Amino acid sequence: MGTSVFYFVATLSIIFSLMVIFSKNPIHSVLYLILTFFTFTVHYVLLNAQFLAVVNFIVYMGAIMVLFLFVLMLLNLNKENEPNKSALVKILGVIAGGCLLVTLVGSFKAVSINSPLVLQNPNLGLVKNLGKELFGPFMLPFELSSILLLTAMVGAVLLTKKEEKANG
Amino acid sequence: MDINFVIEKFLLVTILFSISLVIAMYSTYAERKVAAFLQDRLGPDRAGPFGILQPLADGLKMFMKEEIIPSNASKWLFMVGPGLAMLCACIGTAVIPWGQDLTINGRAVPLQVTDINVGVLYLFGVVSLGVYGVMIGGWASNNKYSLLSAIRAASQNISYEVAMGLSIIALLLMTNTLSLKEIVAQQHGWHWNVLYQPLGFLIFMICSFAETNRAPFDLPECETELIGGYHTEYSSMKLGFYLFAEYINMFVSSAVMATLYFGGYNYPWMDTVAGLVSPNTAALIGTVVLFIKIFAFIFFFMWVRWTIPRFRYDQLMNLGWKGLIPLAIANIIITGIVIAVVNKF
Repeated sequence: MGTSVFYFVATLSIIFSLMVIFSKNPIHSVLYLILTFFTFTVHYVLLNAQFLAVVNFIVYMGAIMVLFLFVLMLLNLNKENEPNKSALVKILGVIAGGCLLVTLVGSFKAVSINSPLVLQNPNLGLVKNLGKELFGPFMLPFELSSILLLTAMVGAVLLTKKEEKANG
Repeated sequence: MDINFVIEKFLLVTILFSISLVIAMYSTYAERKVAAFLQDRLGPDRAGPFGILQPLADGLKMFMKEEIIPSNASKWLFMVGPGLAMLCACIGTAVIPWGQDLTINGRAVPLQVTDINVGVLYLFGVVSLGVYGVMIGGWASNNKYSLLSAIRAASQNISYEVAMGLSIIALLLMTNTLSLKEIVAQQHGWHWNVLYQPLGFLIFMICSFAETNRAPFDLPECETELIGGYHTEYSSMKLGFYLFAEYINMFVSSAVMATLYFGGYNYPWMDTVAGLVSPNTAALIGTVVLFIKIFAFIFFFMWVRWTIPRFRYDQLMNLGWKGLIPLAIANIIITGIVIAVVNKF
């Protein structure tokens, strides 16, 4: 049953992510992206990673996507005032996308050669075990990434402050 | 799968769903009666004795009204909006423990739909999802006022979610678990979390007011500035769903506050009472106590609504970012230090 659910949800993920690209209206795009993230949450639940699932739910679906939607509603983009993209930009986009595709296919090929990854502990995704791992063996990278986020936050605040002074 | 298990969960879900709807229905009546009481009026008194049939009359009216979908609205999303608001309001009740286990024919029946080990985070996720109903509905209406209201709702929810999450962290430092069942079990008798986390409770409560869009935080539907806010273009039962979702949200957040901070189904001298009556009766008394707490919170929500005027938008943002978030962080630090000191000695 687990496999069939996986294939069903995986198909949905692919369909929704394609809809993100193909829908003309930016708001519809973001709504499809929210659905895509929801299917990811289901994937995490299927992998028995409850904590990751619920955090993905809160952070990506509940916070980041609300901000995306918020910004898009503020900008109020629609077809009429969409800037015309030149042919050069379109070609560059195609090249960049193609490069990404080649890289991804290459890396997936490398993965399939190795033996499939087997988790030693199927309950690793539960909140207690994950916490012990994060604050034990992976303490340094965890703290470093939090400092990175803090730097980004302070930088963003600083940028808005400077602009205010220049205006006033 | 065990057939008894399926039946018991099905019954529990059905009962919870109907209780939420009935309580939401009678909250509209209670709101008008409380408003009348606070303003020295009578309130609704025509339909039935003391007007207790008023919610039924209102519901019927909502169903019979003409349904209008604006011609330039995004039709599909216009319909999704109220549905999403109702869905997010209703799924929160799934993880709340409504009482101690009942024993029926030798089977322990938990009065909780599911005890997931990330229960608190699940509730938090449901709360953060709740804003989509307002945002999608407001945007799909294709109305400037609705759009402004949707934007307001988004920024307000995001801002107060941060403080809410931080206030919960201080609580979790003490409980050491994310399972609501265990959090309630730890508050046996008088050991309610509000006694240990008064500041955390205050922040959590203020944030619940903001997350449910209740006065004084009802800026998304501020009549003086935005006509009706996100539901300006809505009519008939779609409008009814939006209004209904607000009352269900109020019920769920009252239940969450009672569960996290006010001991859930626990009450003082419960062990003495449990000694006198059968275990099942004792569990049901606990459930009744929980509902009394919930009703007290709902009354408090209404009391505040008819007492305190609405915030201005900059006041709202200042309170959230400059008032509540630093307070919540200070609360976490103090709780951490106290726990470290207590564990040391």
